[in-house]
Amino acid sequence: MDKFAVDGSSAKVASSCMMSGAQILVESLRRENVDLMFGYPGGAVLPLYDALYQCGIRHVLTRHEQGAIHMAEGYARVTGRPGVVIATSGPGATNLVTGLADAMMDSLPIVAITGQVSTEVIGTDAFQETSIIGISTPITKHNYQVRHVDELSQVIRESFHIASTGRPGPVLIDIPKNVAVSLGRLDDGGPLSLPGYQPNLEPNLLQLKRIIEGLAEAERPLLLVGAGVLHAKAHRELLQFAEVYQLPVVSTLLGLGAFPGTHPQFLGMAGMHGSYAANQALYETDFLINIGSRFDDRLTGNVRHFAPNATIVHIDIDPAEIGKNIRTHIPVVADAKRALMGLLRMGQEVKDFAQWKERVYGNKREFPFWYVPEADIIKPQAVLQQLYKLTDGDAIVVTDVGQHQMWAAQFYTFQNPDCWVTSGGLGTMGFGLPAAIGAQFGKPDKTVLAVLGDAGFQMTLQELSVVVEAKLPIKMMIVNNGSLGMVRQWQELFYNERYSESLLVSQPDYVKLADAYGIPAYRVEKASELSRVLLAAVEEPGPVLVDCRVAALENVYPMIAPGKGLHEMVGVVPL
Amino acid sequence: MNRILSVLVNNRAGVLHRVTALFLRKGFNIQNITVGSTELENQSRMTIVLSETDEVTVEQVMKQLHKQIDVLKVSDLTEEPIVARELVLLQVNSPLNSRSTLITLIDPFRARILDVGRDTVMIEAVGKPEKVDALIALLRPYGILQLARTGVTALTRDSQTTQEIARLMRSNALNL
Ligand SMILES: Cc1ncc(C[n+]2csc(CCOP(=O)(O)OP(=O)(O)O)c2C)c(N)n1
Ligand SMILES: [Mg+2]
Repeated sequence: MDKFAVDGSSAKVASSCMMSGAQILVESLRRENVDLMFGYPGGAVLPLYDALYQCGIRHVLTRHEQGAIHMAEGYARVTGRPGVVIATSGPGATNLVTGLADAMMDSLPIVAITGQVSTEVIGTDAFQETSIIGISTPITKHNYQVRHVDELSQVIRESFHIASTGRPGPVLIDIPKNVAVSLGRLDDGGPLSLPGYQPNLEPNLLQLKRIIEGLAEAERPLLLVGAGVLHAKAHRELLQFAEVYQLPVVSTLLGLGAFPGTHPQFLGMAGMHGSYAANQALYETDFLINIGSRFDDRLTGNVRHFAPNATIVHIDIDPAEIGKNIRTHIPVVADAKRALMGLLRMGQEVKDFAQWKERVYGNKREFPFWYVPEADIIKPQAVLQQLYKLTDGDAIVVTDVGQHQMWAAQFYTFQNPDCWVTSGGLGTMGFGLPAAIGAQFGKPDKTVLAVLGDAGFQMTLQELSVVVEAKLPIKMMIVNNGSLGMVRQWQELFYNERYSESLLVSQPDYVKLADAYGIPAYRVEKASELSRVLLAAVEEPGPVLVDCRVAALENVYPMIAPGKGLHEMVGVVPL
Repeated sequence: MNRILSVLVNNRAGVLHRVTALFLRKGFNIQNITVGSTELENQSRMTIVLSETDEVTVEQVMKQLHKQIDVLKVSDLTEEPIVARELVLLQVNSPLNSRSTLITLIDPFRARILDVGRDTVMIEAVGKPEKVDALIALLRPYGILQLARTGVTALTRDSQTTQEIARLMRSNALNL
């Protein structure tokens, strides 16, 4: 047993030997170059944990399985490698559900391993039995229940392949306890046969040609970039393409960083709380090239008013996204990088869209994101603005969900890819702290800022233990408005200020709380002290938490109200 | 008109669940679905009849099915030359004195009596769904005590190429 535990170097040696399912799992993880996993043990995974003991793969004991899977998501987002999670059967598995759904929505590569009761008692309501296969089917890219030990290593290989190729996503592997202890062999590592899974990477050249021709005729062209560009690592090609054709660029929430935020052609984030310039450009464009975004409703607003006069190009690796929400004239099913490379090879005359450029860049100049500073009250936007300055826009910013998330997207200008980790599709409160932990594990040398709401932080704050144990130098910023701010804002705007259950009546003392974990902490209440405290925090070598007491009733603007179109933004200029 | 999709899938535990879960999640309506073995041991064929007819929805259904890793091929048979059949079993009131009329009545449907009792008979018929509908309508006045339909299963005729998703993608909106 120890032979595999200590010397896992050679899968070749190992494949000739019989070993337990648990050892096969460990060998298979090594084959996939996994060096870190997040998890929580329990009865059904005791054999797996026994094999993991001192096996050389680092395991992070989280304080809740939801924390484990959000950590895996943060890790996956900044490294581009699959995040690996392990949980026991029953409650361990169900605690992964939110994270699976989140990873599915935001296309993050996750391999989740769950224990299961032994095959002979499956279906008997055995202790800690739950049908995680049934539960996770709609929220995973694929899932497997391994019924026989000899399938195990191939299933693991397929899982990593499926999770990390095509449109990435979570894959769950359910391993019954008796399978983990049965003896079997590793598979030969030969090519996988997945006839039902053949992601198409290469673009159709005729369609690319149509794009170039369309560009030559367009008068108001626009590039919309989504996270697909990041997944495909296509930011360089994107920059080149945008510059060659002199195209203005807008981004989705999740696409931030794919195109440099300070670039003169960048109009900012589009969508519900996007910039006026970006949304207006989407409304007015006559030729929209969407690369790697899925036309989410928070981006499009009322679809009737989305790019109503545009020829729409949609480049996406997932054919099912094309035509799903928005009618498409030129579809390209391909990897974003290859599509952009193909477009760049087609070199064509470059038009000067002088009038259009003047219009969009004029909007950009005239209608930036705004807030009204006040003498001594800290405005939440100022926190993000200061953090941006203090970190030269080069930190990894991880957020929770709510107003602070939108302010981070608006006021932290992302220069580089893979520096922005946020829960976009599912909008999962509680995501921030664990995702920041995962991001810091993935990028130990980067400054990681966790920008957290006071409410969301309290959903997963138990993971502070992991910050301490692993000595992760995360800078945690609680944007403390004493409320479920985003909910309160909607109640203010759409429910006659009836603040039903959105005000936090009592708050813990966050400085003491951090102290209880042994984490240095500051509280800042005055605008005049903000920059000093934030500087001290950012310069802290280890972890630090800052309780930023910000204006309680601040709202996120500008905004497209639900049901409204892109051209109907409110709060574009100071109210 | 209903849409008939033929879906080849891996013959594995849970595949039917994946497909029905997909329909539930996406809010697509299925009129009926049949699953059974095929000429290949490791594959099953699902025949799905959709009441949805608008193009966008049908296209989404097909693409979403195609995204499933256990789905090997999705074909829309609606416009194709096919043979589509369904089996129905009916238990009908049939007093002895009028039973011979009933038998003449069902004869054009090539229906058969499978089981006879003192007051009832069990009838079996195979045919296109419309024919099965007609037979049921005809027998309703006699009093149908029990009825079971299998749902449609279908194959394309001869070697006619079907309008499979790959070709659809090449010819119009879905260029791969
Ligand atoms: C798990 C979960 N529950 C509920 C919501 C709905 N929700 C969205 S934002 C929000 C308020 C978040 O409050 P806080 O974390 O303090 O952030 P703020 O908006 O105040 O910046 C709520 C309750 C959610 N997104 N996720
Ligand atoms: Mg709050």
